Amino acid sequence: MLITCPYCGPRDVSEYTYQGDGNRTRPDPASTDQEVWNAYVYDRLNPAGEHHEIWQHSGGCRAHLAVTRNTLTHVVSSVSFARDAGHKKSDSRRKTGAKA
Amino acid sequence: MSPRRAISGGRIDRLRTIRFTFDGRPFTGHAGDTLASALLANGVTLFARSFKYHRPRGVLTAGIDEPNALVTVLSGAVREPNIPATMLEIYDGLNVASQNRFPSLAYDVGALNQLGSKVLGAGFYYKTFMGPVIGPLKGTRFWMFCEWFIRRAAGLGSAGLEKDPSRYERMNAFCDVLVVGSGPAGLIAAKAASDSGARVMLAELDATPGGSANWSGETIDGLPAAEWAAETLRDLKARENVRVLPRTTVWGYYDGNTLSAVERVADHRNTPAKGEPRHRHWTIRTQSVVLATGAFERPLVFPGNDRPGVMLAGAALRYVNQYGVLPGQKIAIFTNNDSAYHTAEALKKAGAEIVAMVDVRDDTSVAGREIAREVGGEYLAGHAVVATEGGAQVSGIKVQRINAATGALSGDPRSIHADCLLVSGGWSPTIHLASQAGLKPEWDNDLQAFLPPKPTQNWVGAGAFNGSFSTEKAISEGHAAGLTAAGATDGKADELPSVDADAFDPNPAPVFEIKAKGKAFVDLQHDVTADDVRLAHREGFVSVEHLKRYTTLGMATDQGKTSNIPGLAIMAETLGKPIPDVGTTRFRAPFAPVSVGSLAGERYGDIRPERLTPMYDWHVENGAEFYAAGLWHRPMIYGLSGESVEQAYVRETKAVRGGVGLVDVSTLGKIAVQGPDAGAFLDRVYTNMFSTLAIGKARYGLMLREDGFVLDDGTTWRLGEHDFLMTTTTANAGKVMQHLEYLLDVVWPELKVQLTSVTDQWAGAAISGPKSRDVLAACVTGTKVDNDALPFMGIVYGEIDGAPVMICRLSFSGELAYEVYSGAGHGTHVWQALIKAGEPFAIVPYGLEALGTMRIEKGHVTGAEIDGRTTARDLHLDWMLSKKKPFIGSAMMDREGLVAEDRLQLVGIVSLDNRPLNGGAHIVEELDEANPHGSLGHLTAACYSPSLGKYIGLALVKGGKARQGTRAFISDPLRKRFGPVEIVSHHFFDPEGSRMHG
Ligand SMILES: [Zn+2]
Repeated sequence: MLITCPYCGPRDVSEYTYQGDGNRTRPDPASTDQEVWNAYVYDRLNPAGEHHEIWQHSGGCRAHLAVTRNTLTHVVSSVSFARDAGHKKSDSRRKTGAKA
Repeated sequence: MSPRRAISGGRIDRLRTIRFTFDGRPFTGHAGDTLASALLANGVTLFARSFKYHRPRGVLTAGIDEPNALVTVLSGAVREPNIPATMLEIYDGLNVASQNRFPSLAYDVGALNQLGSKVLGAGFYYKTFMGPVIGPLKGTRFWMFCEWFIRRAAGLGSAGLEKDPSRYERMNAFCDVLVVGSGPAGLIAAKAASDSGARVMLAELDATPGGSANWSGETIDGLPAAEWAAETLRDLKARENVRVLPRTTVWGYYDGNTLSAVERVADHRNTPAKGEPRHRHWTIRTQSVVLATGAFERPLVFPGNDRPGVMLAGAALRYVNQYGVLPGQKIAIFTNNDSAYHTAEALKKAGAEIVAMVDVRDDTSVAGREIAREVGGEYLAGHAVVATEGGAQVSGIKVQRINAATGALSGDPRSIHADCLLVSGGWSPTIHLASQAGLKPEWDNDLQAFLPPKPTQNWVGAGAFNGSFSTEKAISEGHAAGLTAAGATDGKADELPSVDADAFDPNPAPVFEIKAKGKAFVDLQHDVTADDVRLAHREGFVSVEHLKRYTTLGMATDQGKTSNIPGLAIMAETLGKPIPDVGTTRFRAPFAPVSVGSLAGERYGDIRPERLTPMYDWHVENGAEFYAAGLWHRPMIYGLSGESVEQAYVRETKAVRGGVGLVDVSTLGKIAVQGPDAGAFLDRVYTNMFSTLAIGKARYGLMLREDGFVLDDGTTWRLGEHDFLMTTTTANAGKVMQHLEYLLDVVWPELKVQLTSVTDQWAGAAISGPKSRDVLAACVTGTKVDNDALPFMGIVYGEIDGAPVMICRLSFSGELAYEVYSGAGHGTHVWQALIKAGEPFAIVPYGLEALGTMRIEKGHVTGAEIDGRTTARDLHLDWMLSKKKPFIGSAMMDREGLVAEDRLQLVGIVSLDNRPLNGGAHIVEELDEANPHGSLGHLTAACYSPSLGKYIGLALVKGGKARQGTRAFISDPLRKRFGPVEIVSHHFFDPEGSRMHG
């Protein structure tokens, strides 16, 4: 599996660290809604197909990348810096607090 | 002359004789022989005993699909089991042992298993070894009781116990077109792709590329096919853009058109050439792939089909044409298709007698009947072989009339004398790699075979792989595939080599099994019979995946290359469904067994890098013994001669508490946190405030994870308005860095903060003890170090013997103490200057044991207590949790389970029997040495405390805060250490902290 880092170019997956589901948005820090926090900390999407994920180029430039990967074929269809893509979260995200 | 070697013919070098040993007996063969061909040439037909019934077995195939003839290669004390004799090239000195026999191949006591074969059927192990529901051998205990006997009786070859002395290596390769298989289709594909300018790799699992051209006996471009292949190969090898890999099995097809292959570089030599590995593993990334992997012939299933002397017809063609070996003298042939007729012709030409041609079909082709007449012997169309005769070798066959449409047998069985029976049940394209990179394979009713699936990756097929079994088609398809794979279109078809070969109809009659009385094997390697398949069905296993697991059909080292389709056909018939409706199992990697050594390559043994601090050499020269702390090597003690470890750390601890000591703290993680939002960022990641910290001051900080558990602790120093130096524990440096990077990149990209790991840039030395200030005063220039200039948690800059240093007054030991940081390059210089300045004060260097002892006495936590399961409250760190601001973990840390009273909480433990305590020992309320139970928690650290004169420890104990002042016991059954202890506060020593503030 190859991921094309916007800085470094196409690199083998062994240079990257998986940093989890990229569909999550951290709740308002002042929020005390336990359901919302529980969803953020513990719930992860696990689709068969396209998935929005965060990968860190830990063996390279160390940037976190927002990666769209097909979990069935490992085809990576888009890569961008997580800090730029931070606000474009997937529509497929469950309502916070809803049961999986 | 060997008894079965034809007088002429074959691609072996008859002038070169090779000597080898099989089961201790010396044999000779020729260069170009495999072990199978050489032994067959010597008249050997018994190669192995079978897996379950220990039945005698010969050699069925001539290639990687071999289920029977597995052998163990011996090299000194090293054993390499389960090597197919058909893939093993002989060399001088080769020493091979047969498998699964006791005491010898010819006389095997395990063959008695056959007498019990009624109980050894499908699912035998599952059924029998469940054991009784009560009693001493209930449930799986019965299995454990029986296992020893079964392991001895069943199984394939056994691996040796010696370390593998061979060298392996791994290679990465990149190309435009990877061609898998070098038969006529693959050769032409490689040529066409290369002509188009593509970088080509051509992988062939056999020693001699050429595939079927090496044994077809056909003529290509006016040359014998084998010579045409050799010439084409010479041409390819001479090209700059082609790399040919013989003896290379492509075994996995992964995403991104990445393929895995193993090259058997030196298995055909007695010893590898200089610099040569035994195996080389290839990871090949390619734009596109040409799959020209050919086809495997299928056996027919009938009683006695496993007797030595029964061989696939296509394999016999290969033995006679490539190796000049006759598999028998009086040969019978049993087929459901036309391909076996060519074998008959070739064998007759080489001098064998064809005693019978048995064909299940009534209406055989004109060409077939013509060949049958030419080769002589009985021609029995509309007949089937219903049994083989003989002991450990075929001596005859029994035939009967068959209706190919219904499978019904009629008439009386009749015997025919023969010493060899060649069988063909049709051909199955080798679609294993395609199955790994494609959708479901498609059933072809004419060929009675699965054809390649639609690709999900960039590959194109050619030749027999596609179900195109003529050489002419292989060449035209190979050419087209090569061009397609290379992205070219303008190849000229009329330049293709001409083929002179007999046309034949590849379609077989749909007959897979002859149902007559007796054991008829489907999977020869795992001893699965046709009746086993039916039994599994009767017992309710209707899915092909379940059937496979229950009968273990196709699950041996050959992965059912000869048995998958016959097994599926029998299953389909039993279910009353067409074969495609039953479905096939997906082929998974690896295509063939892969040596573990080749996967490891050079990555074996202890390959961890070593991290050494700048002062490492000084520690070595001054008698330090080292610990591995993660990758770091840290001094444990600086022992004097004759001192035990305990004596050394007690001496070092006393020296620090009574005077002054110096410890290397360079391994602490250090992260520069810089930028206008650095203070705000630290407020969010630490539980306490940092934005309010004055410049030139340090503060102890605690970090939680999002889920509210403790992540790490350490001090962070404010060096400037926008400039902080964070320290982490040694073990968590990487984890904390990644945590902070994630937060800045993903959660708070708006914060203007830059993180830089500076762990390796700073050398750190902690000077501790009541006289530490005097030592600093004696050597530091450019700043004062008195209590006003350098108060607790203050930071100053100065020089020590000319080297710039940064000094922070903080304490881990509980004594008056300072951390002296210098550039890593000055580390040893500064360290030595401190030692020298400390000499008048009797300074000692101290190691981790003394450091640990002092932290236990003070009740400070480290990684043993911050184990990912403890909260700030568990560790008495509630006072660090700011109520003025949210921080990472603040929303989750108050959850019910995290504030419960009965959680494991940090306590101190004092040994009441004056004997040492061990980390990991359990704490219990009542001692029960015979049946240890009722753990309340465990000791996380233990030492002898010179300050208290007792053995003490820290522990995480259930509801520990409320248990202070009570008695308990330690229970450590592994180390047989039981005894009374007292649970106390974790602050053993100077709880007010007066010493470090002094
Ligand atoms: Zn990068």
